[in-house]
Amino acid sequence: MANTLKERPVYRNIHVAQIVSYRLPPAGIVSILHRVSGALMFLLLPFVIWLFDNSLTSEISFDRFSSAFSSGVGFLPGWFVKLVCLGLIWGYLHHFIAGVRHLWMDMTHSVTKEQGHSSAIVTLALSALLTVALGAKLFGLF
Amino acid sequence: MSTNFGSKRIVVGAHYGTRDWLSQRVTAVLMALFTVVLLVQVLLPGQMGYYKWAGIFASQWMKVLTFVVIVSLAFHAWVGVRDIWMDYVKPAGVRLALQVFSIVWLLGCAGWAVQVIWRL
Repeated sequence: MANTLKERPVYRNIHVAQIVSYRLPPAGIVSILHRVSGALMFLLLPFVIWLFDNSLTSEISFDRFSSAFSSGVGFLPGWFVKLVCLGLIWGYLHHFIAGVRHLWMDMTHSVTKEQGHSSAIVTLALSALLTVALGAKLFGLF
Repeated sequence: MSTNFGSKRIVVGAHYGTRDWLSQRVTAVLMALFTVVLLVQVLLPGQMGYYKWAGIFASQWMKVLTFVVIVSLAFHAWVGVRDIWMDYVKPAGVRLALQVFSIVWLLGCAGWAVQVIWRL
């Protein structure tokens, strides 16, 4: 018993250079993007609260909040603030939808290969579509 | 079972997976519901501007709900970010430092956000 355990091949410590050539199934892409979007929102949390603070505290700070998007804030131009917000919008949407997918899988035991595949595609499509729509709104396309 | 005490004690790993699993889902549901509640109020008729926006957060129930969501977010992010450190950072010292940083980061953000809702 101990012998067979020892001889089992172990695959770990994937080198960074190998990640690029790894072909993930849609569910794998959703999974890693879930983590990436979570990390992104974690790192940008002070920026989000800065926006929240300025948008709520007073009319003067609300103007500062609005002008951050039009004429920028500090040395950051407005388009950059919008771009960061677009990243946050994508992150929130992907994290939200992928999270709901998790809850749905937990509650209905929808964990077959096919269900995982189709729900992953729905997650990716929906988050991309909503990001494009809200991004167009953010950049004033409609 | 391997020795897990004294100098051989494993100092890394969560050891309480179910609690994390459940708390991450409970906090996620709270945040999702908050998103819906906020979205409904934003989409209600009326010109969006400072008064409508600040009005949404003016009522005490909304402040309490926002507070609950801030705490949920901090806990949810803590579980998730700690998972990231546990997966990718192997040296216990570096990992501990990153975990302490995460706690400081999240508590600092939570305190700031709470100040925003209750000084209005």
